[in-house]
Amino acid sequence: MHKEEILIIDDEPQIRKLLQITLESNDYKIIQATTGIEGIHLAASHSPDLIILDLGLPDKEGHKVLLELREWFDKAIIILSVQNSEQDIIKALDNGATDYLAKPFRTGELLARIRSSLRSNPNTELSPLVTSGTLEIDLSSRSVIKDNSTVKLTSTEYNLLALLAKNQGKVLTHQYILKEIWGAGSQLETQYLRVFIAQLRKKLEINPNSPAHIITQSGVGYRFT
Amino acid sequence: MTFKRKIEEDQRLQYLIGISTILLISLVCYLFIDVIGYHVVALVLLLAVSVLAMFFKIWPVVTVAILSALIWNFLFIQPRSTFSINTPEDALFFLMYFIIAVMNAVFTTKIRKAEALSRKRKEREKEIKLYNTLLNSLSHELKTPISTIIGAIDMLKENSQKLTLSNKADLHLEIEKAGHRLNRQVSNLLNMSRLESEFIKLQLDWYDVNEIIHSVIQFNQPEAEDHTIVFEANEELPLFKIDAVLLEHILQNIINNALQYTPANSTITIKAFHRLNNCVITIADDGKGFPEEALTKVFDKFYRVPHTASGGTGLGLSIAMGFAQAHNGSLILENLESGGALFTLSLPAEIAHPNSYKNA
Repeated sequence: MHKEEILIIDDEPQIRKLLQITLESNDYKIIQATTGIEGIHLAASHSPDLIILDLGLPDKEGHKVLLELREWFDKAIIILSVQNSEQDIIKALDNGATDYLAKPFRTGELLARIRSSLRSNPNTELSPLVTSGTLEIDLSSRSVIKDNSTVKLTSTEYNLLALLAKNQGKVLTHQYILKEIWGAGSQLETQYLRVFIAQLRKKLEINPNSPAHIITQSGVGYRFT
Repeated sequence: MTFKRKIEEDQRLQYLIGISTILLISLVCYLFIDVIGYHVVALVLLLAVSVLAMFFKIWPVVTVAILSALIWNFLFIQPRSTFSINTPEDALFFLMYFIIAVMNAVFTTKIRKAEALSRKRKEREKEIKLYNTLLNSLSHELKTPISTIIGAIDMLKENSQKLTLSNKADLHLEIEKAGHRLNRQVSNLLNMSRLESEFIKLQLDWYDVNEIIHSVIQFNQPEAEDHTIVFEANEELPLFKIDAVLLEHILQNIINNALQYTPANSTITIKAFHRLNNCVITIADDGKGFPEEALTKVFDKFYRVPHTASGGTGLGLSIAMGFAQAHNGSLILENLESGGALFTLSLPAEIAHPNSYKNA
């Protein structure tokens, strides 16, 4: 079986050890770097399938490492950092991070994020069918099925849901969603977004108050799980 | 108060006020010179210099002292309207006046400097005391979960065969809880230092407050095993332009406080509404309420209600208050007549009624 290769760039030996055990026991191949420069070299020589990048590196600011990697590295990069302010998360996502996970993290959560980030890699075949629990979204026929019955959505509602579903597992920032759905210049109109998310939840969630499909990432954006 | 501070800071103002005071007093004395005699004038002027020395910096006071000596000589010592002095008695008097006025100026400012220094020292001592309180409370609060982790791991490693499966599961659970507790303590400390450094810039955006409250409740559900949290979304609520992260921290800390200090089986009821351009959220519980004297003190840094269970740093509610104020809002705590406590959070915010976009 083909093992996917993951590069860990983190200067903390304890975190590297934890990641190594977690990932290897889930059949991933691991390479490790302790500094930003070493990480960039290893990424170039091994071209891994995914990079887990810490932002607090001893030699180089993590955001800079991310930007340098993104000049040529087109596969998934997950940020794993103790910096968990919403500005940091948004900055990293804007700079091309595939996803962001704050330390301390749950290993189950990390594995889920890795799986969904790997799916977003170029050349990965995307299935037009996205499922989440009893919810089924067919991107080719633009249809949404919940508990075996079709859900009627307005065209904006569908576009919003499709955008989230295509990026299943990934957090999308408010600004990104607004630009994709309402076009450039509407980035300030978060009001629309709140209303449509609330409408979608009413139609899709079993309990709209504790949503299981469209998750709020506070101050950052939304994630479809 | 502000005017006093302005005078204390502005030296030019001190010169102006000092010189005009002396001129004014001299003028008044000049009118009554025949009644009071010129020796009394010297005493009046000396008094004025002494009073000014209590408030002004050294150079304005010395200037005023010299000026008053010269004016006294010029206007009051015979022969008047000249700087010449005829009798040795007056010459001696003038010399003494000059020395006393200047000494007065110098010594008074020196005493004031010493006072300011000792005030500073006292403030520093207070700071050190606060810092020690923090260290004490911190080391206790951090060491408890750390001990749990180290102890539990030790048991799992060394006595593995003696432990039943459920014992092991319990130990793992304790380790997990300790980790979360440590994480919460550190977050609180970071938030406190953010508040202290006044490094909070509001990130305002449109939010559905119902959604925020639900997500905070969801986040707290694991710790609310023996409590009930009740919240019914208010469908009439408009969108508010607020800082969602601050609001979440405030709610998080108040709910966490209620979960920690109300007895098992208590109910925490949350309501949200819109009142006069404010987003108002109330958090009520049916616990025992707060002692009367604690109602305002709970918002002080490191204050903990006496005789309560350990497990807090006394930071949670003061952070909630700090964040509410950073949002130009208020947080009020009162006891309910039915028992229990009621927190009322009001955040001023722009509102929008999103109904008009529906069905687009």
